[in-house]
Amino acid sequence: MKLTARAIRMLVLAPMRTFWQRWTRSMLLRVVTSTLVVGLVAVAGLGAYVTTEIRDGLVDKRVDGILSESASDVAGTQASIAAATAETPGDLQRLVNDQLEALQLGAVGREWVLLRAPGNTSDVFLSLSSSDPELVPVITPALRASIVPDGPQFWQFVAMPDTGTPAVVVGAPLVVRSAEDYELYFIYSLANEQDTLDLIQRVLALGAAVLVGLVLFMTWTVTLQAVRPVRAAARVAARLADGHLSERMAVRGNDEMATLATTFNDMASSLQRQITRMEDLSRLQRRFVSDVSHELRTPLTTVRMASDVLHDARGDFQPAVARSAELLAMQLDRFELLLADLLEISRIDAGAALLDFEDHDLAEVVRYQMEGLVPAAAEQGVELRLWVREGSNTVSMDVPRVGRIIRNLLSNAIEHAQGGPIDVAVASSSRTVAVVVRDYGVGLTTSQVARVFDRFWRADPARARTMGGTGLGLSISREDAQLHDGALEAWGVPGEGAAFRLMLPRGSGGLGVREPLPLAMTAEDFSRLAKRVRLIGEVIER
Amino acid sequence: MVAKILVVDDDPAVSEMIGIVLRADGFDPVFCDHGDRAVGIFRSEQPDVILLDLMLPGKSGIDICREIRAESGVPIIMLTAKSDTVDVVLGLESGADDYIPKPFKPRELIARVRARLRRNDNGAPGVVRIGALEIDVTGHRVSRDGEVIQLTPLEFDVLVTLARHPGQVFTREVLLEDVWGYRHAADTRLVNVHIQRLRAKIETDPENPEIVLTVRGVGYKAGGHTP
Repeated sequence: MKLTARAIRMLVLAPMRTFWQRWTRSMLLRVVTSTLVVGLVAVAGLGAYVTTEIRDGLVDKRVDGILSESASDVAGTQASIAAATAETPGDLQRLVNDQLEALQLGAVGREWVLLRAPGNTSDVFLSLSSSDPELVPVITPALRASIVPDGPQFWQFVAMPDTGTPAVVVGAPLVVRSAEDYELYFIYSLANEQDTLDLIQRVLALGAAVLVGLVLFMTWTVTLQAVRPVRAAARVAARLADGHLSERMAVRGNDEMATLATTFNDMASSLQRQITRMEDLSRLQRRFVSDVSHELRTPLTTVRMASDVLHDARGDFQPAVARSAELLAMQLDRFELLLADLLEISRIDAGAALLDFEDHDLAEVVRYQMEGLVPAAAEQGVELRLWVREGSNTVSMDVPRVGRIIRNLLSNAIEHAQGGPIDVAVASSSRTVAVVVRDYGVGLTTSQVARVFDRFWRADPARARTMGGTGLGLSISREDAQLHDGALEAWGVPGEGAAFRLMLPRGSGGLGVREPLPLAMTAEDFSRLAKRVRLIGEVIER
Repeated sequence: MVAKILVVDDDPAVSEMIGIVLRADGFDPVFCDHGDRAVGIFRSEQPDVILLDLMLPGKSGIDICREIRAESGVPIIMLTAKSDTVDVVLGLESGADDYIPKPFKPRELIARVRARLRRNDNGAPGVVRIGALEIDVTGHRVSRDGEVIQLTPLEFDVLVTLARHPGQVFTREVLLEDVWGYRHAADTRLVNVHIQRLRAKIETDPENPEIVLTVRGVGYKAGGHTP
């Protein structure tokens, strides 16, 4: 198999990432793992120290015993041999054998080897003997070299040839009368000590394993106790966030966790109270708006009809009465618009606005609204120009509301265009559809831009209200844009004109970072970015 | 013949004013100011059009609408003080043909009443077939396999408008103009609700319509093979 970068990623990085995700997500895993690592290191260190100490103590004591025993035995043997009278090789041989066998009687776990010293020049040769001939090779040349006639005894650690168990070899010079210098070696097995040490190590290892296991279990239990309420709190919080406002944590006992649960529950109750109160308020306001709407509209219906009947018959009246009928009808129109806008904004404030979404081409909505306003624009000597960029401008929207936004922006632009043209561009990116409405009239200062969406705010209160706006149009437009999760922004420079940009998201992901159209568009931008679309200048009756 | 208009509204001033406007245009208004009496007056007077306020003392406008619709296809125009979506849709679903939000202008009222009184007689009379439906335009009768289907005049108009041009797509705006008589765009929900009501009557499976088809993002067309 070829190890491509992808295979490496899959084989190595993926499990690591999985582990890392678990590691960062689970406190339990982190705590238990940390405890395991620290516990193992501590137990291993402690075990090593204890084992070394015990071994050193055991061996040192044993070696001391061995050395004093061998020293006294060698001295005793030397004295007996010196006191004996044997002279012939046969007698000497027998003497030595007797002596060594006598030594062996009282000793357990001890073997001996008798070797002729290298510097021995005597003619008498004793047949070399040992209690176990296989042990002769364990005596190293280095040890033999250390032993000199009449010198002290020497010792060293060795391993038994067959089993490998540790042993101590003690060597001392021995003068066998006329046979002269020999070397007597005792080999003490440390098998007992080794057994004891093995046992202790086994017990220690077992103890360590049990200890680590116990600590792990304790850590796990304790952490779980701490984590469980946190997890429970997280679960309940998630339920609360989902709108199950009556969800609460179970309170057990009197400890800190119970305090957490109680506090959490208090918070949830407080939230629930607040939300219920807000909902009640919202419901009340909605109800109020609905009632006001009904109560106001009923008399207004009569007034409206009566006024229109008077208005239609004004030809039969005296001039002053006829003019009064005209003024009544006109101001009633304004009053109606204002009432409608007020009710609409109250409805939005009460959160009672319901949107009816359908997929629609924004360019078509814009064109429709522009064609409807061509006569009104022509009255002001304003030319409306529509520019649409290639591509789909379809977006899910509430068509009447978006239509109202466009109408408001256009009316506003016509009012402030001062007879100049109005350019409108529609374009979209993958996530956003945008409209820019640009006029080249009086413009707006920076502080005016900041206030342009305020309710009942007017750039110039003294200006003639040619379009008869209510002062709520732009506020409602911005609210409508926000109801679509979209945005409505303003830009302006005094004397150069103003621009408004509406952006609507195409999906639930919100507005993308890429803006389909710049907010401050110049006249050249329109022809550069989009293609001119012809409007039908038909007069549309209301 | 003078058309008789039943005005159901509990506000005496509004009723009187509507009466003045209707009489001025040559209609014969009849009044009712209580929800519980509305159906009885409808039966005794047999009006040509009903103007119905939704908020009434006694029986609600929605219930009256439903009861009258159960026995007659008489055109019903709702007078709504609330422009809340829910109320309008509820009213249309309970059988109203059209609605006028209060306050309205006298001209608007007259235009809506005239639109409902006007018979849809554009084009040649005769018999139109679409799918398994047989539409007798002259006799105002629709039948499937010899069985007569009861349609209100408005539903009949919608069906005939679509069926005269099978396969041609009608936008909601065009239908509003052709059937409801709106010259400027109005509430497209009118079309949606009535298409649903029409489907419930003429389709074998209203969930999978075969006669009145939706053209997504555009409007509606008549489908089905005409033999």
